[in-house]
Amino acid sequence: MSFLKIENVTKSYGAVEVLHQVDIDVEEGEFLVLVGPSGCGKSTLLNMIAGLEEISSGEMSIKGQVMNGVHPSKRNIAMVFQSYALYPNMTVAQNITFGLEMHNVPKPERDAAMNKVADMLQITQLLSRKPGQLSGGQRQRVAMGRALVRNPDVFLFDEPLSNLDAKLRVDMRTEIKKLHQRLGTTIVYVTHDQIEAMTLSTRIAVMNGGYIQQLGTPKEIYDNPANIFVASFMGSPSMNLLAATLRSDGARTAVEITDWEGKPVVLPLMEAITDVSRKDGDRVILGIRPEALTDPDGADRNARNVVTVSNRIDVTEPAGSDTFVTTVLAGGDVVGRMRADAAVVPGQTCDFAVNMDKAVLFDPETEMRIR
Amino acid sequence: MAVASTDTAIRTGNATRVLLYLVLLLFALFYLLPFGIMVLNSLKPLSEITGGNMMALPEVWTLDAWRNAWSQAQIGVEPTGLQPYFWNSIKMVVPAVAISTVLGALNGYILTKWRFRGDTILFGLMLFSCFIPFQIVLIPMARILGITGLAGSTAGLVLVHVVYGIGFSTLYFRNYYAVFPTELVRAAQIDGAGFFRIFWRIMLPSSGPITVVCVIWQFTNIWNDFLFGASFADFDSQPMTVALNNLVNSSTGVKEYNVHFAGAIYAALPTLLVYIVAGRYFVRGLMSGSVKG
Ligand SMILES: Nc1ncnc2c1ncn2[C@@H]1O[C@H](COP(=O)(O)OP(=O)(O)O)[C@@H](O)[C@H]1O
Ligand SMILES: [Mg+2]
Repeated sequence: MSFLKIENVTKSYGAVEVLHQVDIDVEEGEFLVLVGPSGCGKSTLLNMIAGLEEISSGEMSIKGQVMNGVHPSKRNIAMVFQSYALYPNMTVAQNITFGLEMHNVPKPERDAAMNKVADMLQITQLLSRKPGQLSGGQRQRVAMGRALVRNPDVFLFDEPLSNLDAKLRVDMRTEIKKLHQRLGTTIVYVTHDQIEAMTLSTRIAVMNGGYIQQLGTPKEIYDNPANIFVASFMGSPSMNLLAATLRSDGARTAVEITDWEGKPVVLPLMEAITDVSRKDGDRVILGIRPEALTDPDGADRNARNVVTVSNRIDVTEPAGSDTFVTTVLAGGDVVGRMRADAAVVPGQTCDFAVNMDKAVLFDPETEMRIR
Repeated sequence: MAVASTDTAIRTGNATRVLLYLVLLLFALFYLLPFGIMVLNSLKPLSEITGGNMMALPEVWTLDAWRNAWSQAQIGVEPTGLQPYFWNSIKMVVPAVAISTVLGALNGYILTKWRFRGDTILFGLMLFSCFIPFQIVLIPMARILGITGLAGSTAGLVLVHVVYGIGFSTLYFRNYYAVFPTELVRAAQIDGAGFFRIFWRIMLPSSGPITVVCVIWQFTNIWNDFLFGASFADFDSQPMTVALNNLVNSSTGVKEYNVHFAGAIYAALPTLLVYIVAGRYFVRGLMSGSVKG
């Protein structure tokens, strides 16, 4: 029995269906991240879990209890909003205890719970202030305090970090992860930021256009994307997608692409494709992440299938920890990720180590993974 | 290099500025003149007004006219002064303003945060009520007051003014709440607050500026109303405006201009007071609906 079960859930506004047949099972203590571009229906799904939006069809249950039609305050959930949604007319202390007050918790207990949470989030010195007198990071903490104090079954976060500046965002990300490790409460977290999704989650649901594109651990999503959308949405810089031709002689399978001069390059695949309908000469799309396209010395030493390709470098972008290089393969720009001190000069030719262990293939028509 | 200025006003030369102030001063005087003359003449004995110059300062300063207008003057047939009618007006204005403001706030809250099918049409209809001329509703309203048994009573007048007032008060609050973050309402719902708790604990405490605007607007309109007062009030529920008219039109004997002036000032005093006390919030509140803080 899953802790939070979303079964065949859809959402329509009038005649427009914005969420299609969503199925997700969340185990107790999981950190599920819903990630996807703006407008893909993440908030809608989260709001349905919270009870703020009606479920058009399907069923949603928490701890085995069906939640369709149950009032938000009766679901034992807590939510942190993107704008924090702190009550402007109340002090921090009142903000934190408002929910307890509404649930008729006696004042001494409320205060005890508040002090504990304030202590944990280090906001004790802010308790008597109004939200208007707080910085963005402080508001964020108060909003989390308001959620924590309820001791809910499920925490819901809707883009909680997107109003913070870059540095604070990274710090708060770590704090949220620490909090999850300490409390072990189930979390459903919405973001459009794939790095947040990768770093925080135990599982990720990648969404697009109202569909769940893929549901899996961060590693599954990253290494084994189900389709081109997931492959290019997750990871930064995003995965290189190259037009390629399948080469198969029965025993071994390879893909053929062209180098910067247009000469053919054959890249052998690790394993033969199980899909028997694919044959020699088929057009496919080869996906290679930038870190699998690197300088020979920087190549993964555990990789079993590294092919070296000589190619001309067009642009180098030193990023401190790495140097990103742009080169032309299969008629388009591709990005490789080299060690910071790799000797690369724009305009010159250098060797690329292509880690074919990590290469993935997609069908150009359906954009689905070929396995 | 231009010096960055935080001043948002358009910069003008000194000469233009002096001219500007002179013109403004002139206008201010022009508007204050009638009121000044009223005050001056209300402080004179009647003989000085009838015998001489309206513009002159009083030779004898006296508060007789004020006392007279308040408690002795002939209003209609009774020599009661304006006093009872002043209280009639207060008894009518305070509940009417309070009820129409609270209803307007509730309507605004519902129309923006608890949206339902047809809510924009409903709001459109309520807006429409702001533009219906008073005269059109006189007869239907009289009929309703008759049926409900409220004809001729202060309660009847309160009803009339509330009905007429909620169009405007709804407009004010709806526009104010339209930019009020809906996430706050959702957070409160998750916290377990119901419809009215959210209203009392979260919406209303944040509605200071627009409440002031609404109260000033309703107070001024209801206090100054003459038509409804004259049409629907009985002798013992007539508001100040109607009584003032009766005072001025009492055709027995001489016209006591000094008493009339004093009476008119009594009638204007409450609205003046409201403006002086709450006026500076008025502009702020009017702006806050249109410009997001
Ligand atoms: N009240 C509404 N009426 C109609 N369409 C809506 C409404 N709320 C959201 N939508 C649509 O539903 C889709 C998903 O929205 P949302 O869940 O907010 O996306 P996001 O993933 O950015 O959080 C969007 O295309 C949006 O236009
Ligand atoms: Mg959203």
